[in-house]
Amino acid sequence: MKHLLSTGSLSHKQAVRILDTAGQMAATQAREIKKLPTLRGRTVVNLFFEDSTRTRISFETAAKRLSADVINFSAKGSSVSKGESLKDTALTLQAMGADAVVIRHHASGAPHTLAHSGWTNGAVINAGDGTHQHPTQALLDAYTLRRHLTGGGDPSGRDLAGLRVAIVGDVLHSRVARSNVQLLHTLGADVTLVAPPTLLPVGVEAWPAEVSYHLDEVIDTKPDAIMMLRVQRERMSSSGGGFFPSPLEYTRGYGLDARRLAAMPDHAIVLHPGPMNRGLEISADAADSPRAVIVEQVANGVAVRMAVLYLLLSGNESNETKVDA
Amino acid sequence: MSSALPTPEQPDQPADATVVLGGPEIARALTRIAHEILERNKGGADVVLLGIPTRGLPLAQRLATRLVEVEPTLDAATLVGSIDVTMYRDDLAQHPTRTIGSTDLPGAGIDGKVVVLVDDVLFSGRTIRAALDAISDLGRPRAVQLAALVDRGHRELPIRADFVGKNLPTSTTERVRVLLDETDGRDAVLIEGTR
Repeated sequence: MKHLLSTGSLSHKQAVRILDTAGQMAATQAREIKKLPTLRGRTVVNLFFEDSTRTRISFETAAKRLSADVINFSAKGSSVSKGESLKDTALTLQAMGADAVVIRHHASGAPHTLAHSGWTNGAVINAGDGTHQHPTQALLDAYTLRRHLTGGGDPSGRDLAGLRVAIVGDVLHSRVARSNVQLLHTLGADVTLVAPPTLLPVGVEAWPAEVSYHLDEVIDTKPDAIMMLRVQRERMSSSGGGFFPSPLEYTRGYGLDARRLAAMPDHAIVLHPGPMNRGLEISADAADSPRAVIVEQVANGVAVRMAVLYLLLSGNESNETKVDA
Repeated sequence: MSSALPTPEQPDQPADATVVLGGPEIARALTRIAHEILERNKGGADVVLLGIPTRGLPLAQRLATRLVEVEPTLDAATLVGSIDVTMYRDDLAQHPTRTIGSTDLPGAGIDGKVVVLVDDVLFSGRTIRAALDAISDLGRPRAVQLAALVDRGHRELPIRADFVGKNLPTSTTERVRVLLDETDGRDAVLIEGTR
């Protein structure tokens, strides 16, 4: 594994290995001294062409906890606003010796271009590209699901076989949904996408997931977890963008409120990738209920990103034999 | 010291491997180390055995059992922990990515205790260097001591074992392997690569 661009390219074994490593990383984060010397002297560049709070802070925290040097780059206030291309930005970072580039870009496929262009020798980690993929978010969701729903004890080595997960909301614009469908399918979970027909992409029937237009019917099938997606108003032109008649109508049909929360099975958990639109896709009752693991997802995000950085940066895959010393 | 001929029906043992310690020798060495630990520390009251995964951990557990046999007031469960040193190694960039093991300290922690690190083979000393760094991030023990089943020499750092099961002069081209019942199905110490 040289880059992490998409959850679709992860094998079952690789995915479980990332989750197991994340488990060990999470254990170190319960200590008084949280910093590990593992990536000392390595440089991680956070290349963010799109606004982000939690993903950038999460990657920055993860890299710093592993003692890597972190350079934060955001398009605002950089030469990108003067018209610099991705190529020239990448070449600049290469000249500064970046070992890993964490990239978020509004264009789908920008991380793939960066990884395969030869502009940088570093590992490329996709932190969200357009409406394509957000692999570390899917990994932290899978980690959270595994921790809560695979029967207690140490979950190392387990996958998500047999779990039923409903992903609800703006699937059309959601890279989180795309990454999760592929990863959860790889790990053996059954995924149901729930959205109004206007917020489902063309060709969704080819995805390894069921599709439903009715949230209440899906809740009646007793899913183990519900993942709410944010209504991405910035990707829509007007308030509903022509995708739904009005925000109130969307909330009626697809919002998670106290009534729907009560109809869910007792063990079921609620996930949300954040940032939440309280009152639109999720009510305050649901967001603040003890079954919502939304804050825990943020903490797990650091562990998962530490695991990804460790697995991409620490080893040298060209030497095949491990020597005991 | 026993030296058996290689037996071809054991698949984990190449034809050029020599058995230098068998099960009974390993058991005797561990019993002696257990007594030395108690003698050196005037009892086992403050002792914490930290095994370095993979094979240091079962060795630490066996030592704990023996400490409890000598001093029945001790509790084997609170005596043993594991300490993973992977993230503290200085050779991560030279090898394929290593899988991280787990670190479990006994409930009372290691502050003010006498930590005895337990590993199977002491070679360059770099694993122990990493373990010392890991310990300093986990607490402040009163003292740290080192127990190794086999000391094969070729140290690259100023590190010395306090308790050694067997000193085994080797050449750097040879490979010393410790097999334990818990991880490999039998007890043996092998030297491979000798002709």
